[in-house]
Parts: sequence; structure tokens; C-alpha cells
Amino acid sequence: MKISAIITLKKDVLDPQGKVIHQTLDGMGFKNVNELRQGKYFEIDINENDPKEAKEIVEDMCKKLLANLVIENYKIIEPQ
Amino acid sequence: MKSSVITFPGSNCDRDMHVALTKFGFKNKMVWHNDNELPKNDLVVLPGGFSYGDYLRCGSMASKSKIMQSVINFAKSGGLVMGICNGFQILVETGLLPGVLLRNKYLEFICKNVYVKIDNKENLFFKNLDKNIFKFHIAHNEGNYFCTKDQLNEIEDNSQIAAYYCDSSGKTDEKNNPNGSLKSIAGIFNKERNVLGMMPHPERMIDQSLSGEDGALFFKNLINNIR
Repeated sequence: MKISAIITLKKDVLDPQGKVIHQTLDGMGFKNVNELRQGKYFEIDINENDPKEAKEIVEDMCKKLLANLVIENYKIIEPQ
Repeated sequence: MKSSVITFPGSNCDRDMHVALTKFGFKNKMVWHNDNELPKNDLVVLPGGFSYGDYLRCGSMASKSKIMQSVINFAKSGGLVMGICNGFQILVETGLLPGVLLRNKYLEFICKNVYVKIDNKENLFFKNLDKNIFKFHIAHNEGNYFCTKDQLNEIEDNSQIAAYYCDSSGKTDEKNNPNGSLKSIAGIFNKERNVLGMMPHPERMIDQSLSGEDGALFFKNLINNIR
């Protein structure tokens, strides 16, 4: 079963890379961007048929390795 | 006095640390990250470098290495553990130290000598040092110390800040904060102050021909404190 996780920086954490990307887009003429934050996206093919179980395993992965909860939030995208 | 330096794939200051520890009297052993057991030690050092290519987050993979469980147990039993640079990043990822090291504020890899203020001497790392301002080297891309407000209150209440970036007179301000660290923090202790993480490299300042000897003062003092 394929399941995905998105890791984003928490709101009050400085994101200098996001800022530079925002400025570059601005320089390219994309003038209507209010804010841009960079994150990470994981696609995980997991050997588990129960979607609930799979989600729980990926949640455990997020808590233990994929995200650092001091600075990041995670969101698991339900398997389709 | 016995020490161990842990080598991870991508560590590159492990040998420098070995040279420094040996020079000032430690019997040092190099320990591979995939080993299960630590030798009997008075000090364990996690060296600088780019463990696992800094993949995912700096230090995140190394913090899950096999040897780290023994390092964590050693630290929790009161053993002295020091992480320099990438070693500091690994220690925050294990949860032994609070907070996290973010990308430098101005997105530059910083490689230069800086002044560091060390005035918290109630610990075995810095006790008896007879000065407060040291010239050390830094070389990092992710040294921007960050923690939550609650964590900051806690580390301030428990005197866990080990070192600050400053100027030659000890003044801390934005101008002398190379990477944007919260409160100009260059190093942190755990609550019990037997675990130290810091971005500056004392092992790069152990000989006049290596641009300074403030690191020598640190190591000489450290081994005397442990004896």
C-alpha cells in the first residue's frame, strides 16, 4: 500500500530557504506570492493491507525519524 | 583517562579529535557507529563532519545508529558525553539535548574563527578554566540553534547554556552571532550538565601552528577535571 507524508516547518520557525525561493519567484515576475514555506514529501510503499494500520505505522515513522517535532509538523495522506 | 570517539559514515573531524584527546593524555579509542558496545570510558565524543551526508536532517540518521543506544545509556548513567558540530546536531536528534540546529540564517556555510563566551563553570567540562572568552573555529551550514519558548525558559532556569558567540570583549549581539542562533547560543548542556553539545571546534585550536591554543587550554583542563 502506498502512503504519503508531508513534513512542514512550524509557523514560528525561520525558513531561510523558503524566503529565498519566494524572493526568486518575485524576481521572476510572480508578484502575487504572500508567503512560501519549503517542506518535505515522502512516498512510502508499505507492506500492509489495512489502511488504518498503515497510517499508524507511518505516523510512528514521522514521530521517530521523518519529522523533528520541535520544528516540524507532519501530515499523513490517506491511501487512496 | 579513557575516551572514545565515535566515527559515523561521513564524520571528518574524528581523527582531529583523536589527535587532540591523545595529545593531552587521554587513552582514546575510535569506535565504529555500527558497534553495539562502548569500551569502558570516562568520556565519549561525537565528532564533527557530515554523518550520512546530512540526509533528512543533520544528525538524524546518526542518532539512530547502533552505537547510539550505548551512548544514550552511558549519558543517562552520568557519563560525560561531548558532541562537537555534527556531534551537537546528533545529540539534539537523540533528545539528550533540547532544541535543534537549523540552517544558518544567511544560508552561508560559515568557516571562520569566532569568539565564544564560556561563563558557566559549574560542570566538569569547564570547571577551573581561568578565562571566559575563547577563540575557536566554526565550520558549519546548520548551526542556528533554535528551541521552543518553553524549552528556552527551562534551559535558562537550569543554567544549561554552555557557550555564547561574542566579540573579543565578551559582548553578545546580532553582529557577533554568525548563524542567527537564538540568544547567540553556541553550546548547550543537558539538565545534569554531563552532556555538552557545541558548534565550535576546540580540537582545531590545540597548537600555535593551527592558529591558536585556546582548545589546548580546554582539553588540558578537561582531563584534569576528570582525573
